[in-house]
Amino acid sequence: MEFYRAHVLICGGTGCTSSGSQTLIDTFHEELEKNHLNKEVKIVKTGCFGLCEAGPIVIVYPEGAFYSHVKIEDVKRITEEHLLKGRIVKDLLFKEAVEEDQIRSINEVDFYKKQKRVALKNCGVINPEDIKEYIAFDGYKALGKVLTEMSREEVIDTIKKSGLRGRGGGGFPTGMKWEFTYKAKGDQKYVACNADEGDPGAFMDRSVLEGDPHAIIEAMAIAGYAVGANQGYVYVRAEYPIAVHRLQIAIDQAREYGLLGKNIFDKGFDFDVEIRLGAGAFVCGEETALLNSIEGKRGMPRPRPPFPANAGLWQKPTLLNNVETYANIPKIILNGADWFSSMGTEKSKGTKVFALGGKINNTGLVEIPMGTTLREVIYEIGGGIPNGKKFKAVQTGGPSGGCITADHLDTPIDYDNLISLGSMMGSGGMIVMDEDNCMVDIARFFLDFTVDESCGKCPPCRIGTKRMLEILNKITSGKGEMEDIDKLEQLAKNIKASALCGLGQTAPNPVLSTLRYFRHEYEAHVKEKRCPAGVCRELLAYTIDPEICKKCGICASKCPADCITGVKGKEVFKIDTDKCIKCGNCMEVCPFKAISKK
Amino acid sequence: MKSLQELEKIRQEAIKKVDIRRDREGTRIVVGMATCGIAAGARPVLTALLEEVKLRNLQDVIVSQTGCIGVCRLEPIVEVYRPEEEKVTYVKMTPEKAKKIIAEHIVNGKIIHEYTIGAVE
Repeated sequence: MEFYRAHVLICGGTGCTSSGSQTLIDTFHEELEKNHLNKEVKIVKTGCFGLCEAGPIVIVYPEGAFYSHVKIEDVKRITEEHLLKGRIVKDLLFKEAVEEDQIRSINEVDFYKKQKRVALKNCGVINPEDIKEYIAFDGYKALGKVLTEMSREEVIDTIKKSGLRGRGGGGFPTGMKWEFTYKAKGDQKYVACNADEGDPGAFMDRSVLEGDPHAIIEAMAIAGYAVGANQGYVYVRAEYPIAVHRLQIAIDQAREYGLLGKNIFDKGFDFDVEIRLGAGAFVCGEETALLNSIEGKRGMPRPRPPFPANAGLWQKPTLLNNVETYANIPKIILNGADWFSSMGTEKSKGTKVFALGGKINNTGLVEIPMGTTLREVIYEIGGGIPNGKKFKAVQTGGPSGGCITADHLDTPIDYDNLISLGSMMGSGGMIVMDEDNCMVDIARFFLDFTVDESCGKCPPCRIGTKRMLEILNKITSGKGEMEDIDKLEQLAKNIKASALCGLGQTAPNPVLSTLRYFRHEYEAHVKEKRCPAGVCRELLAYTIDPEICKKCGICASKCPADCITGVKGKEVFKIDTDKCIKCGNCMEVCPFKAISKK
Repeated sequence: MKSLQELEKIRQEAIKKVDIRRDREGTRIVVGMATCGIAAGARPVLTALLEEVKLRNLQDVIVSQTGCIGVCRLEPIVEVYRPEEEKVTYVKMTPEKAKKIIAEHIVNGKIIHEYTIGAVE
């Protein structure tokens, strides 16, 4: 066995891979070879570290030095300075957005300090393509424990006592779901994993599959034992090629080690897992549509009951959980139900992973104990809003969720609090918006998404959301009337009450929540034909401030519509608003910032 | 996989490979590897330490390097940090002395005073 004195961990998640981490890995290998360090220093390709904003990320152990935005030309310096001479390359270390101080070690980064990593524990720490590394960090110990020491009832009881609720969006108590499937009658049962993850802005399931695929396999095997199933399916969208690739490697390795297959741990328990690829349809995240899709049918939901626990795949009892839910299972088995339920709030136990995106400094994945406030997540972990802008709202729960305003920043995050604010936990997307975001436009964006993704099976969703989108388009283009707002609200409520599945029932949420908190913005669009945030193009007017204009004429020369007139050097320039196509070119090129849009 | 014991065996083997990345309190052996240290022969000392740690299969021991410790004329310098102990600075190291330090100090807990900076000064 080789002994290495240093490990260089390089993020191989989707985010860092697309910013070039694979080339970094290759370059590191070359540099190590050149310096004869390849026997002393080990390169490990890991899953996502979470702080995608700073990628590609390289961490050097044992120091835990945290290098961010690493470029090819930096590899030579890290190799020669840090790895050869033991001097940490300070100017390449990650810098907190708010402070000037450089952060030396991963343990000192604010982004990680407030976090508590349970589901993401191994992500960015182990090599996901090496089952031995997973085993080294206590992998498959939980499976061994349940098979050798626990009865099926004890396993289900532990999950129930832990208080774990579904992390895919619904928040249904996981232990109860397990119990229903366990109690369902049938000689053949199945276990399925929802890795469809279609919410705009959410990518925690992808990261778990990329960074810690064995955790999902182990959890599914535990679930299989508990409910009495011998076959598992992971339904993952084909847009996640790295996740699919690593999951397949993990399944193969688990089979090779006898952790999948026949007679696992010599206890007469057989279990195997297969991958089913989805084509990336949002509706296939809905459980009954997902099961249809696994069966090879068109991914459309069906009415419930019967619930999948009684009639799921091929009408057999089926347990369906989401990736993040499964990721918690082995840790709960190993550390106990009390350990898990000691984290979080009264009705929401444990931690939750959020995908921070939008107008925030530290874009990436964060895992926090339930009950952390939105303010802590956005300002302390997320590093606040960039460019000194003002926070306006945070959208949680994807298209099924809603917007939460600055007044609610001190709300502890849990399932029930978010729902009472008119939003929801959802899968955990968290999109931050600043003063430059128009809330009507945001609602329109999400509705546009649901209209596209509606499977068309039921009229409220197929026709209703389309009508809502038309009204929103009317409002954002300045043609709205006051009765449109009422009509929009009425439609939203009706669709919510009558659609067949979760997708349709929640599709109006972005509209309802923005109407609740930002009605004045809708009214400004309708009554004053004005977009307060300056987003809705057709309502904008560009003007040149004659006081600031230096008569240089640059704006006129760049105007594609020839609507700016004036005499260079002699006369202040003016925009003809009727001819203006609102492209914004003039505002961008004006060296004196004389042009504004309103 | 047939038993928990079998899994534990694989785990023990695998831990050695990832130990460096885990949070824990252990022994840190630091070798001064600035230009002065390297010129005085710190690299063979580092390699000897690594080999010895590997040979003896020592858990919880990290060998790492640092820059100039400051007393260039006494290089190669090796510092040993053990939990709840004062730092010990060994000077004018050779690969042979390094191996002896692992045996006496790291394994048996006896500081080799004659190699330390106090004795030489």
